[in-house]
Amino acid sequence: MEGHSTYQPTNGAAKWLERRLPVIGLVHSSFVAYPTPRNLNYWWTFGAILSFVLVAQIITGIVLAMHYVPAGSMAFNSVEAIMRDVNFGWLLRYLHANGASLFFFAVYIHMFRGMYYGSYKEPREVLWILGVLILLLMIAAAFMGYVLPWGQMSFWAATVITNLFSAIPLVGTAITEWLWGGFSVDSATLNRFYALHYLLPFMIAGVVVLHVWALHVTGQNNPLGIDIKSKKDTVAFTPYATIKDMFATVVFLILLAWMVFYLPNYAGHPDNYIPADPLKTPAHIVPEWYFLPFYAILRAIPNKLAGVIALFSAIAVLFVLPWLDTSRVRSARFRPIYRQFFWIFVIVCIGLGYLGSQPAEGGYVIASRILTAYYFIHFLIILPVIGLIERPKPLPNSISESVLQGSGGGATATTTGSEG
Amino acid sequence: MRNLSPTLPAIRFLRAGLVAAFAFGFGSAFNPAFSQDSEAASEPTPAEVAAVDEEQEVHDVAHFPIDKPELLNWSFAGVFGRYDQAQLQRGLQVYREICSSCHSLQYVAFRTLAGHGGLGYSEEQVKALAAEYQITAGPNDDGDMYERPGIPSDHFPSPFPNPQAAAVANGGAVPPDLSLMAKARAVSRGPVWTIIDFFTQYQEAGPNYIHALLTGYGQEPPPGVDVPEGTHYNPYFIASASLAMPPPLSDGAVTYSDGSPETVDQYARDVAAFLMWTAEPHLVERKRLGFQVGIFLIVFAGLMYLTKKRVWSKEPH
Repeated sequence: MEGHSTYQPTNGAAKWLERRLPVIGLVHSSFVAYPTPRNLNYWWTFGAILSFVLVAQIITGIVLAMHYVPAGSMAFNSVEAIMRDVNFGWLLRYLHANGASLFFFAVYIHMFRGMYYGSYKEPREVLWILGVLILLLMIAAAFMGYVLPWGQMSFWAATVITNLFSAIPLVGTAITEWLWGGFSVDSATLNRFYALHYLLPFMIAGVVVLHVWALHVTGQNNPLGIDIKSKKDTVAFTPYATIKDMFATVVFLILLAWMVFYLPNYAGHPDNYIPADPLKTPAHIVPEWYFLPFYAILRAIPNKLAGVIALFSAIAVLFVLPWLDTSRVRSARFRPIYRQFFWIFVIVCIGLGYLGSQPAEGGYVIASRILTAYYFIHFLIILPVIGLIERPKPLPNSISESVLQGSGGGATATTTGSEG
Repeated sequence: MRNLSPTLPAIRFLRAGLVAAFAFGFGSAFNPAFSQDSEAASEPTPAEVAAVDEEQEVHDVAHFPIDKPELLNWSFAGVFGRYDQAQLQRGLQVYREICSSCHSLQYVAFRTLAGHGGLGYSEEQVKALAAEYQITAGPNDDGDMYERPGIPSDHFPSPFPNPQAAAVANGGAVPPDLSLMAKARAVSRGPVWTIIDFFTQYQEAGPNYIHALLTGYGQEPPPGVDVPEGTHYNPYFIASASLAMPPPLSDGAVTYSDGSPETVDQYARDVAAFLMWTAEPHLVERKRLGFQVGIFLIVFAGLMYLTKKRVWSKEPH
């Protein structure tokens, strides 16, 4: 599937370099000649959008780091100095904070797209696992970034989340104090979180390279979920995918601009404009919106250790998703039952997010428990079972045939999308 | 399709279960009775616990504030929002003559009172205003701290030398710094309005709250609401039924030179607008730049779309 490079260096310097390090050829084969299915829809543009956001986060983050002071006594003040006195500091900070929000928004769409079209299935299991690894690193990076302004929510979110590790039997307290660098969340904690927050994006970038590499080995999935059979099924990455990705990225930037310039604090919590105070607990400690579903799962379980296990399992189960889904048909277009359960799952995730934002009491807890149970039932029972009992609709013979006929199915029904 | 049928009851069952779950979850949002057996994840301070417990049992009010703030029209709301310079100047006057006796404004430098988009004072006016304050500076070459008149680069000095002194002078409650107050308070609008607010650009929860709190004094507490001694009932207070701050404003307390009404309501509006400015001094610049960026991006997106269409025009997809 890897696009064979058709790159022929024309000028002397390029020829000289290509004989010694064929890097131009590599870029050419990966991002110019690389064959991409011709039937990709706009849900496939989020990979490019996410790459763009990662780079934007790193650039704004590096400039912010030049002005930020990672010390308990000065962190909050330095953020205010960025907001007030640094030239366009307010723009950098709002871009970075809202960029993080939209990073998760885009990554969740990217993942739901993968789930809908079965992009995690053979032969793309490693590609999917690398993606989940990126999500895990993103969660760590975002959490530590949220601590840096050292407001009330920063401090108490750090306290709640680091305390999760104290649920580990026997060594929990020792591990937690080791994470803190002391006996509570304090300046030492802030300092190490800052160091890690600076490190993690580069680790993400490294895994992204592997993710793209794996993608280019197996080739992209597509809305039909069937394999590329001939050259007719594909178009060259450039200009076709490039221009489409760029258009989608600009549209995404409009959304980012809407938030940065007109709703800069919409996704944030007012309490984080109050300096951290270890002696005063906020009435409701809530994480950033993109963690709310996981937070709801954590709080749904009455036992602390079990809650922590459920929280980590909620992400861990994604790693084994390729083997939990027993259907060999990739795209939900041809899976009438799975398609229903997919949308139920999306609604359950949104519902968990809402419940995570509410106090853990009364009806909210009951609802959280039902939805948490459903979250795991979806992966552990529903997916394996419907793969066995569902009869998929007939798959088209090829992408090009389907595209030329409109969106209908092909003449020959096959139940497997992975032959050929 | 025959082997579809046994799964349909299962789907129906799951749907019913999920509908029940959502009914519970959303029911709680509107019906406080759901929230009776609370096992709160966080631990509020003992005072808050006492207040909350009594409220819930006696009065069935699960969440503060008791009343939601009135939504006002602010000059700085919306895409073309601008601060009203005269209003900010009046708000500064209210702060200086009333609020500043207890509340600091530590992130605000005098120099920021000059310039466009905000209060718009001239540099001479800012110098004169700063010089009215005595700033503790030093130590000097003899090792002594000394007092000197303020200069534009100074920040508003705190009325108390340290938080302990502030607490002692105010019955144990430290008056919070006001620099960021307009961004540090927002009354929850519930799930539906929160979504609508994204599209209507509602970002004025802070000033609405400040105005509501300042004008919300003087009402009779409903029967059953206990107002501890040394606190004052205010249905708009976000954390409980009453707060330590006595009603700070009264009609005629500040004399305006521009003929604006000298009422509590007007004072509250002006100081709320001023505090929005102290919290977000670059708001006008932000919205102006946002409009330019928005126009650029929309045109750019349009051109990209046309280019994309052209590129793909000969390829079926």
